[in-house]
Amino acid sequence: MTAVGLDVGSRTIKLVKLNSSSPAEGESLVVPSGPNPLRRCRDLLADVEITSLVVTGYGRHLVSGEISARTVSEIKAYSIGARRLYPDAHTVIDIGGQDSKVTLLSESGDVQKFEMNDRCAAGTGRFLEVMAGTLEVGIAELGGLALNASKAARVNSLCTVFAESEVVSLISRGEDSASIALALHEAIAVRMTAMARRVGIRERLVFAGGAALNPCLKKLLSEKLGVDIAVPDSPQTVGALGAAILAGEGRELL
Amino acid sequence: MADNREMWTELGIDLKQHDVLLGGLGPAYADIYLSQKDRPKGMGFFDLVVGDIHGIRVHELQEHAKKGGKVVATYCVFVPEEFVWAAGGIPVGLCAGAHFSVPLAEEVLPRNTCPLIKSSFGFKLGRLCPYVQSSHLIVGETTCDGKKKMFETLAQYQPVYVMEVPNKKTKYSRALWAGEVHEFRGVIEKLTGNRITLENLKEATARVNGRRRALQRLYNLRKATPVPISGKDALLVTQVSFYDDVTRNTQMVNALCDELDLRVKEGKGVFPVDAPRILVSGSPMAIPNWKVHHLLESAGAAVVCEESCTGTRFFSDLADEGGATLDAQTNAIADRYMKINCACFTPNDERLSDIVRLAKEYNVDGVVHYNLQFCQTYANEATKVEKTLADEGIPLLRLETDYSDEDTGQLRTRIDAFLEMIRK
Repeated sequence: MTAVGLDVGSRTIKLVKLNSSSPAEGESLVVPSGPNPLRRCRDLLADVEITSLVVTGYGRHLVSGEISARTVSEIKAYSIGARRLYPDAHTVIDIGGQDSKVTLLSESGDVQKFEMNDRCAAGTGRFLEVMAGTLEVGIAELGGLALNASKAARVNSLCTVFAESEVVSLISRGEDSASIALALHEAIAVRMTAMARRVGIRERLVFAGGAALNPCLKKLLSEKLGVDIAVPDSPQTVGALGAAILAGEGRELL
Repeated sequence: MADNREMWTELGIDLKQHDVLLGGLGPAYADIYLSQKDRPKGMGFFDLVVGDIHGIRVHELQEHAKKGGKVVATYCVFVPEEFVWAAGGIPVGLCAGAHFSVPLAEEVLPRNTCPLIKSSFGFKLGRLCPYVQSSHLIVGETTCDGKKKMFETLAQYQPVYVMEVPNKKTKYSRALWAGEVHEFRGVIEKLTGNRITLENLKEATARVNGRRRALQRLYNLRKATPVPISGKDALLVTQVSFYDDVTRNTQMVNALCDELDLRVKEGKGVFPVDAPRILVSGSPMAIPNWKVHHLLESAGAAVVCEESCTGTRFFSDLADEGGATLDAQTNAIADRYMKINCACFTPNDERLSDIVRLAKEYNVDGVVHYNLQFCQTYANEATKVEKTLADEGIPLLRLETDYSDEDTGQLRTRIDAFLEMIRK
């Protein structure tokens, strides 16, 4: 018996398998979404023996229609996943490829309230990717670079297009990469702090999604919110884990 | 249809662009409306109206104009249509719910203007709307700054008259509004060349009240579980009521209600009994803006009420028909319009009470607060709505969007999560 959760995101597809021999957080896999996420999902699922499947993420409706699976919103999936990893989780911040969300959980783990960014990718993972490209560092190094800054430059816009031109003009003024990188992280942290305050924060706060791999964001969020933040070992696959748990519900898995 | 093209040419319509506009509407309507299951037969009339949206009714307006009748176009539920009917004119509520004309408008208006304003202005600029082209006077109002200034620009293209809607609900504000309504009576008399008398004004008030009662009846039927009509269909009925003939429209809405009455008695509905019941509250949804209703109902919800200008604000209050003199009847009508709890007022706490009351009356599982992008009045009021509903323990989802499709993925995620949350 294997329950599978599939999180079809805008930038990456995440798969989590849960069965009687797997650890509590399941066995996970992360691949780029690419231009044809449906085909990529089919390839991923081809090698898995599935008892039950639940799909989440931006592409959930695209995929679920084709492979006849149930769907769940990322907001609920991340909440379930976060609770599995941290039974005392009450707030989940999820910054993915093009969305950022803050979710408040009730005592029993149900979604009580949530906020999500509007249409564009302002201040999300994609924003960081583009900025890393402009600064010519890998996305994995961007957070470390920012942590090394002695001071922050100033970036006002969270719009990926406008912020990029701000970065270009900072570069031309001779500003060093580290302080520009720190400014970009500051901008996201300020926005996420406002969103989190609108929802209301209760500890424990779990930070997940691809952007949680970034140590500078974690540090800044923790400072601005004034609380400790827990980041799972595999923050990208928390939603897929939640979907897998849902897939396994009512079935004797563990 | 050949008839239509001839008429559109006479009206100065840009035929090429207009073809593109209507070419998009048909498939969208089929996808959003005709695909629904178990629709009431009474919706057939409304399908017909939308199927020839720039045809039949415009022909009627042209016939009317050829006999010397006047057509008065409006954008807002504050313009007292009773006076237009009384003077033998025809009021038409302009639609302005299509993204198609927005880029055109952005050549002139600031981009960060609400889509309703941009869409309406774009329809004039692009010569895309036969209703605008048919109208002898456009009556605007001051319910927001964006509209207020847009009307100044619009006046360069076509005769425009603006009514001042006050911003407070004090006795001085009421006096100002009553003055505006009296003035408007004179404007309509001058335009039509017909006297407005106590008799014809009372008769017109009764006719408009008749339609208000019919729409009240329709909405009352939506209180049933399962709900006998989809939110999309009910919204369409309200939208069409803005520009159809008032007497015919009343008959059609009542005929639809007779059918729905039967459905309620038999316990028949269009959605499962456990479909989450949603009240949509906020900015107006002009034809063909069905975006949020479509997303909600495609995700498994049932929209059972709209606290909106394309909803309860349009028909909840009747006007007193018992004025002893023409001035008294004019005042009675003015009073009726001051009861509309529009976000242009400060404070506007009556709207908060309306939302809570409607949420209870319609037995809703949650409220979706909808505001058009850059609609500052409703966006700001949403904060108060949020607090009020939290105190009442009623779940709320706030959405801000425009007419384009680019954000449907994100809206769908929010809606799915909201429905998952309230389904428990």
